[in-house]
Amino acid sequence: MSTIHFEAVSQSFGDRTVLRDVNLTLTEHRIGIIGANGSGKSTLVRMINGLVTPTSGTVTVDGLNVARRAREVRRRVGFIFTNPDNQIVMPTVQEDVAFTLRRRGLSPAEIAERTAAALEQFGLAAHADHPAHRLSGGQKQLLALAAVLVAEPATIVADEPTTLLDARNARRIGELLHTLPQQVIVVTHHLHLVEDFDRVIVIEAGEVAADGAPAQALATYRDLVQ
Amino acid sequence: MIGLYSPGTSFVHRAPTLLKLVLLSLCIVVIGLSPDLRVVGGAAAGVVLLFVVARVPLRAATAQIAPILLILVVALPIQGFLSGWLVAALMAGRLLVAVALAALFTMTTTVTAVLLAFQTLLRPFRRFIDADRVGLLVALTIRCIPLVADIVREVMEARTARGTRGSLMSIAVPVVVRSLYAADALGEALVARGLDD
Repeated sequence: MSTIHFEAVSQSFGDRTVLRDVNLTLTEHRIGIIGANGSGKSTLVRMINGLVTPTSGTVTVDGLNVARRAREVRRRVGFIFTNPDNQIVMPTVQEDVAFTLRRRGLSPAEIAERTAAALEQFGLAAHADHPAHRLSGGQKQLLALAAVLVAEPATIVADEPTTLLDARNARRIGELLHTLPQQVIVVTHHLHLVEDFDRVIVIEAGEVAADGAPAQALATYRDLVQ
Repeated sequence: MIGLYSPGTSFVHRAPTLLKLVLLSLCIVVIGLSPDLRVVGGAAAGVVLLFVVARVPLRAATAQIAPILLILVVALPIQGFLSGWLVAALMAGRLLVAVALAALFTMTTTVTAVLLAFQTLLRPFRRFIDADRVGLLVALTIRCIPLVADIVREVMEARTARGTRGSLMSIAVPVVVRSLYAADALGEALVARGLDD
């Protein structure tokens, strides 16, 4: 598992402080991050692959400073967004997965092979040549996952991956996140998704309000939102 | 391309994209210059044959060619009366063959193949143009058409749901704002997927 280290991380947009002096070391296999809307949790996870650079403090992944070596970090850390529509960049399913493998020095045959394997794994093989925008919401999120995992990152960060999905698709994505060999960091409002994770962190008003075993952290969060 | 690609394994699908593009251009030039109805008729027969060989669904093919028929319904009689029926028939035949051939190309070629062909074409100019980047630009443009179409539909629906019937501005403003948000998110996704230069 990768070691992700937040050291004295603060973030403000103008005069609004989003994160305040966060110190965390993440080494567990499955980590859940929960908190109210606007608590700063999305900003926090966006720092892991350099989509947001902290105003002060440093974030490192396996010792690599994300602010300076973002490109190397992004090859280790895959990111899943809430809305898969914004994550799909190519017109057809297969092309979108293959897009991830561009500029990696792979031959077209290798790209085709790995793309086919990823589509098979996520049950999208029958849709390989279909236009990506015609997939259902659940299939789009599966496509987003396939497109990220085909690059074989060591860590997956998912920002509310099930928020836009119906119950069945949300469960499907949740089960997938539970079975991945990769380190998984999930921001979510679906609390049951993280109930049997290794660690759950509660973010409240830009600070860590609870951090530890799911039962205890979830209890703290439930108290907070009462 | 876009939503029009119809998967298949015929030799029309498998032919190299650049070859298809060159033949398409050549054929259009030839029938455009030829004053002989037989040449145009022969070309039309050839195009029909290609459609059959490519096994393009009839409905998809009709959807591509129908709009030009609507134009011809008006243009053919006018041209017939003004400059003779031979000229009119030539004009109609040329248009039909050209549109049908272009549609066939669209329906049997993936966007990736077109992009690769573009990159090959641009290779001699690589000192001035980054072919990869042009390819990405074209791909994103194609991808954004359904994205923006969805945004427009949602904005119209929201307007209907609220029972308001405003000016064009009341559609344009939310569409532009939401398109910019979507562009931001797409940019973020591109960065996350390793296109950060």
